[in-house]
Amino acid sequence: MELKKRKKDFTGALSIGIVRLMFFFLVMVLILLLTKIFIEGIGVISLNFLIDEPRNNMTEGGIGPAIFGTVAVTLLMILFTLPLGVFSAIYLNEYAKDTFFTRIIRTSINNLAGVPSIVFGLFGLGFFILFIGKNMDEVLQTGLLFGQPALLWASATLAVLVLPIVIVSTLEALNSVPKSHRDASYGLGATKWQTIRNVVLPQARPGILTGTILAISRGAGETAPILFLGAAFFLPNLPIADLCIGGYCIPIINPTEQFMYLAYHIFIMATQSSNPTKTLPLQYGSTLVLILLTFLLNITAIIFRYRFRKILGRL
Amino acid sequence: MKEIKIVVKDLSLYYGDKQALKDITIDIPEKRVTAFIGPSGCGKSTFLRVLNRMNDLIDHVKIDGEVYIDGVNIFDKSLDIVNLRKNIGMVFQKSNLFPKTVYDNIVYGPRINGIRDKKTLDEIVEKTLNQAAIWDEVKDRMNDNALSLSGGQQQRLCIARALAVEPEIILMDEPASALDPISTAKIEELIHELKQQYTIVIVTHNMQQAARVSDETAFFYLGELIEYDRTTKIFTNPAKKQTEDYVTGRFG
Amino acid sequence: MSSEEQKDFFEKSADSKYAKKIGKYTRLKESAIKFFFAVNGAMALIFIILIFIFLFKEGFRALEHIRLLDFLYLDRTDSAGNVQKVFEWYPTSDEARYSLVPLLLGTLLTAIPATIISTLFGVGTGIYLSEVANPKFKEFLKPAIELFAGIPTVVLGFIMLAVGASFFNDLLNPANRLNAFVASIGLSFVIIPIIASLTEDALHSIPNDLRMASYGLGATKWQTISRVILPAAFSGVSASIILGFGRAIGETMIVLMCAGNASNITADIFLSVRTMTATIAAEMGEVSQGSDHYYALFFIGIVLFTITFFLNLAAEIIINKMRKKNTF
Repeated sequence: MELKKRKKDFTGALSIGIVRLMFFFLVMVLILLLTKIFIEGIGVISLNFLIDEPRNNMTEGGIGPAIFGTVAVTLLMILFTLPLGVFSAIYLNEYAKDTFFTRIIRTSINNLAGVPSIVFGLFGLGFFILFIGKNMDEVLQTGLLFGQPALLWASATLAVLVLPIVIVSTLEALNSVPKSHRDASYGLGATKWQTIRNVVLPQARPGILTGTILAISRGAGETAPILFLGAAFFLPNLPIADLCIGGYCIPIINPTEQFMYLAYHIFIMATQSSNPTKTLPLQYGSTLVLILLTFLLNITAIIFRYRFRKILGRL
Repeated sequence: MKEIKIVVKDLSLYYGDKQALKDITIDIPEKRVTAFIGPSGCGKSTFLRVLNRMNDLIDHVKIDGEVYIDGVNIFDKSLDIVNLRKNIGMVFQKSNLFPKTVYDNIVYGPRINGIRDKKTLDEIVEKTLNQAAIWDEVKDRMNDNALSLSGGQQQRLCIARALAVEPEIILMDEPASALDPISTAKIEELIHELKQQYTIVIVTHNMQQAARVSDETAFFYLGELIEYDRTTKIFTNPAKKQTEDYVTGRFG
Repeated sequence: MSSEEQKDFFEKSADSKYAKKIGKYTRLKESAIKFFFAVNGAMALIFIILIFIFLFKEGFRALEHIRLLDFLYLDRTDSAGNVQKVFEWYPTSDEARYSLVPLLLGTLLTAIPATIISTLFGVGTGIYLSEVANPKFKEFLKPAIELFAGIPTVVLGFIMLAVGASFFNDLLNPANRLNAFVASIGLSFVIIPIIASLTEDALHSIPNDLRMASYGLGATKWQTISRVILPAAFSGVSASIILGFGRAIGETMIVLMCAGNASNITADIFLSVRTMTATIAAEMGEVSQGSDHYYALFFIGIVLFTITFFLNLAAEIIINKMRKKNTF
């Protein structure tokens, strides 16, 4: 009896030990890999690297245009997805009753989150470029061509991809506003929209901001969807055009142009470089920049969310 | 002869299949304090929320019966509910002040109703904070976060906020249950002041409070109105045995 | 109330503040606002439907020139007159072959090992976080996992290419340097956080009463975990594995960069393979619009979308059932 118990304890302790080991093993591997990227890449990063354009088939120069393209695309993406996602969440949390239709919508959100990224690429091609873009060209007849791979469609496609992130974060933010505040507002004779606008949304702002940051981070890291939606490895010019009204011209982002993209850039360098040994340090450098960007965004979002959860807890 | 403000006829309420209120019939007089008492879960808070149609905000609620305020049927489909709620103030069990300044909390109601002029708003703020007997305590703290006030102050601020939209009826759902005795006394004093101008209905599980503060008392049990009469009668010589058992503390 | 009093009462309604009716304008405005939000609310649903429509619109056109059976195999007659079934994906050759079988096998050969490894490590990590780790440590760990889950897949692909492939090449001496195994290790980095996070959620949401009951009966910590908590969390954990598997199937960049991209039919994970996702990614840039090859790639997209759609649905149904039954 005593022996059996000891055997039981032993297997139990062993299993827990194994689980602990697994965890720390993973942590170690991750730290090692990240350290490797850091070590190999940090030497390459400089202000010039971040601003310069690539030269000599990416054996020299920098990733400036790629960073610009990433910023431009994610900015436009947020413009599309933020209002859509927030309004969507407002409907689900504030207006919708628990019906079959509502449950289908929630299922769709989860499903959208699980669609493979390359399928989004096909969707962007088939829907945005070939359907919307082509029709826009026929109807609008401007000098610009919309029915081709372009910044606009890459942003739109990524907007659909990150939509679930914005919706879920906003839902969490809206949900965290106590019901009693809404009751107080209705009790004072406010309409539903007045209540949402003046009581719920202001309190939900931190959560929505968190969702935005997470969406940007996700969008900046995606490669597959934009492979054939306008990402290019090398472009002679930035996707900027001059918008001239009257006599005044201001430079704006031209959404019908192709663009360079940091994540795409890393992919091409890693797989199609003509001179791998010379480009390898720059590959590490670019990867380090992308990782730092992603980490920075995610950490900001996490800290933000932690702080606003804490504030609400105190209420 | 007292004037009647609210008439309720055969009111029943169902949460899904469960019946929470059974055929409530009651006349609530104007400019008096009416107390609803009864054990936990007897429906008194639910009934209170029927009066300003707050139950509309909950899913799966069904209501039968009639409620009239000043002769107006409040379940009339063409009635402006927003206006109804504006004219009925509600104070909740726990303070639900917005995470805004003291000033912004008070002017929220008037602003929602279209009053923008700063001078008018300032006047409203001073008037209602005085009515709620809290002006001296917060007049220098207008721009402080309302949640930085003490519990008792917050509740009085809630009352001031409700008064700012000039209701005629004030509904109070256990307004002092989360407060210390001194704050409770202040609130009760306030109620006594306010009843000169407003019709007040207060839900309370504290029988002594009901006895101190109200003119009429209604005793609810398991969703039914058991007895409704002058407060003095309910507490000294109740007509129903159930009422007597409750007020003498034999159950509840 | 006497009838006299009643009359007076109802006559008050003419002057009463409470008598105001809803303005038509207000009613319209509120309806319009609600409708606006409802349309937005339905957007996720609308987009799923649009994805369906446009994938199928382009993908079914493949069937104009390619028979459905061709997506499985082609019959080839050799010089001796024998007929052979050919399972090859080679759309650019003169004898265009469109068999999805090697691609499907490639996907499975990378996804299944990845899911197995990730289930082991993921559930293990989930158990560690929920039951073993110091709670204060855990508060810092959960965000850390989220951080790692946010690493772009192209970065993971790059790391495996730059470091992992050579490492495993030296260690295991595989037939191909870039193979299904390297890809599945890379995939695991994506999937382990998913499984770990969901497993931890599922385990954590088991009420403490069950743990207390088990300890109270004299069970050890591990016995409680393995016999009480894990079984109770079975639905949640299974759902996480299904979602992880779906993710592995749908992943593109890592397999594109690390699996070797040779269309082989094999069960040897140390050979190069081609997955469905990598095929679309690699070839879409090269095809001419409107060609059979182009439509065939969309057809692969349909297959891919359908598989992941049903996997996601399955996971969702399991999670919903578990919420209803209140087991986790």
